[in-house]
Amino acid sequence: MSGGARFEYLLRLGDSCLVLGHRVSEWCGHAPELEEDIALANVALDLTGQADLLLGEAARTEGRGRDADALAFLRDAWDFRNLLICERPNGDFAHTIVRQFLFDAWQVELYAALTGSGDSALAGIAGKAVKEAEYHLRHSGEWVVRLGDGTAESRTRAQAALDALWPYTGEMFETDETSAALAAAHVAPDPESLRPGWTRIVDSILGEATLTKPQAGWMQTGGFNGRHSEALGHMLATMQFLPRAYPGAKW
Amino acid sequence: MYTQGLDQRPADGATKAGDDPAALAAFQARVDREEKIEPNDWMPQGYRRTLVRQISQHAHSEIVGMLPEGNWITRAPSLRRKMILLAKVQDEGGHGLYLYSAAETLGVPRAEMVDQLLAGKAKYSSIFNYPTLTWADIGAIGWLVDGAAIMNQVPLCRCSYGPYARAMIRICREESFHQRQGYELMLKLAQGTSEQKRMAQDALDRWWWPSLMMFGPSDRESIHSSQNMAWKIKRVSNDELRQKFVDATVPQGHYLGLTFPDPELRFDEASGHWTHGPIDWSEFNRILAGDGPCNRERMAARRKAHADGAWVREAAAAFAAKRARRQRAEAAE
Repeated sequence: MSGGARFEYLLRLGDSCLVLGHRVSEWCGHAPELEEDIALANVALDLTGQADLLLGEAARTEGRGRDADALAFLRDAWDFRNLLICERPNGDFAHTIVRQFLFDAWQVELYAALTGSGDSALAGIAGKAVKEAEYHLRHSGEWVVRLGDGTAESRTRAQAALDALWPYTGEMFETDETSAALAAAHVAPDPESLRPGWTRIVDSILGEATLTKPQAGWMQTGGFNGRHSEALGHMLATMQFLPRAYPGAKW
Repeated sequence: MYTQGLDQRPADGATKAGDDPAALAAFQARVDREEKIEPNDWMPQGYRRTLVRQISQHAHSEIVGMLPEGNWITRAPSLRRKMILLAKVQDEGGHGLYLYSAAETLGVPRAEMVDQLLAGKAKYSSIFNYPTLTWADIGAIGWLVDGAAIMNQVPLCRCSYGPYARAMIRICREESFHQRQGYELMLKLAQGTSEQKRMAQDALDRWWWPSLMMFGPSDRESIHSSQNMAWKIKRVSNDELRQKFVDATVPQGHYLGLTFPDPELRFDEASGHWTHGPIDWSEFNRILAGDGPCNRERMAARRKAHADGAWVREAAAAFAAKRARRQRAEAAE
C-alpha cells in the first residue's frame, strides 16, 4: 500500500470530522434548549479533536512539512475529501439531527472496525474516538425518535430532513482504489462491510421514530474526489479567513 | 461570566411586611455564624428576591455571553484555538445551567426566568452588549472580562446561600482556566506580527473601560450594598474588587507590551495601588438602559433561538408524555 493511499484515507476521515464539526459549531448559542447548546458544542468539540488527530496523522504520512492546521486552513475546496453529507447546511434542528444521526451510525461502525486495524496509529485514534461516536449516536438517535414520534410538525420536519439527506448516505460505502488498497493491507475495513451494521442501527431508530426509510435510489457522490457542493466554499471562506488574511502569523 | 445588576435596582427592604422580627433576628444570627442557608430554610422575603434576581441575572449573563464569543468559533485560526473556544463556550452554557438550577431552589422555574429575559424584564451583564470585532477580542474577553468576573465571583464562593456558593466554587475553577487561556491568546498576539500586535492593542482599547464598569457603580453610589453585605450575599465592595482587578491586570498588560487607554493610570507608591482615571458612568448607564452597540442584536438572537426552537421543545414534551402513557399501559397489562 502506498503512503498516498493512507494520506487520502486519513483526509477522508479527518476532513469529514472537521467539516461536520464546523457545521455543528454554528449552532452554538442558538440551539432550541440550553442543554442542546451544551450537547452540540460538545459534539463539535469532539469532532474537531478527532479532525486534529486524523489530519495530524495525514500530515505526518505526507511528510512535506505540513501540519494539521496547514491541512485544515490552507487547502481549497477541491483538496477536501470529506463526505458531502458533512457539509450540508444546518437547516432546521431536524436536518442537523438527522444528518448527525446518519453520520454517527456510520462513524460508530467505522471506528469499531478500525480499532482492529493493522495500522497502530489509526487503531489508537479509533479506540479513543469510538467512545465519543457512541455517545454522539445515543444523543442523535434519541432525538430522531423524539422528533419522529413527537408532534405532527416535528414528524413532518424529521421526515423531510431524512428524505433530503438520504441521497448523501451512499458515499459512506463507496469503494475505490484507495479503499481497496487499505482493505488489502488490513489498514481499514472495506467500506461496503460497514453497511449491514449501519443499516441495522438506522432501521431500528427509524422504526422507533415511526419515520419512513427512503427508497434506495440515486446517490450523490464526489467528496472523495474533491467535487463538493456549493456550500463548502462558503464554509472554508469563513473557517480559513484568519490564516489566509495574515499569512505566516502564529496564533 | 458574571452579573453586575445587583446594584442597579431599588433595594428590597429587609423587613417588609410578613417577615417576623424574631425569625429575622434568628436568620441574621445564622448568617453571622457563617452557617449556610439551604433551600428549605426560612429566609426573609427580601433575601430570597435578591438572590433570585442576582443568580438569574448571572445565569442570563452566561447565556448571552455565549453570543459574542460564539461569533468567533467558526473563524478560530487554528484547530487548537477552535477547541479551546468551543470548550469555553460550552462551559459558559454549563454555568448557565448550574445557576438556573441554583435559582430554581428558591422557587422560580427556569422557564419563568428565561421568559423574563426574553421579555426584556431581566438584566444581564452589560459587557456582552459590546461587539467582538477581531480575534483578539476573544483573548481580551478571557483575560479582562473573565478576569474581572473571577474577582467578583471568588467572594461569592462564601455567599451565605449554600446552592449559590457551591455553584460558584465550580464556576470559579473553570473561569480561572478561561482567564489564563485568554491571556495566553493575547501573549501570542503580542509576540506576533505587527498586525497581531495592533489587534491586541485595539482589543485592550475597547475592552478596558467596559471591564472596569463590570464591578458596578462606586460604593458611594451603590444603592443597597449594606443590606447585602449584612446578609453575606455580597462580601466585598465594588470599589475594592475593582481596585484588586486593576492591580492584578495592569502589570499583565505591561508585560504584553500594551498601553492602557487611560492617560491618568499610574502607580501610587504611597498606597501601593494603581490608580486610574474617572470611569464614564454615562456610558455604563446608557448601555444598561438598552442603548449599547449590541443590546438589540443580543436580545434578538436569544428570542430567535427560543422561537425557532419552540417546535423542538414541544416535540420533546409530546414524546415524553406518549412514552409515559405507554409505560403506564404496559405496567397495567
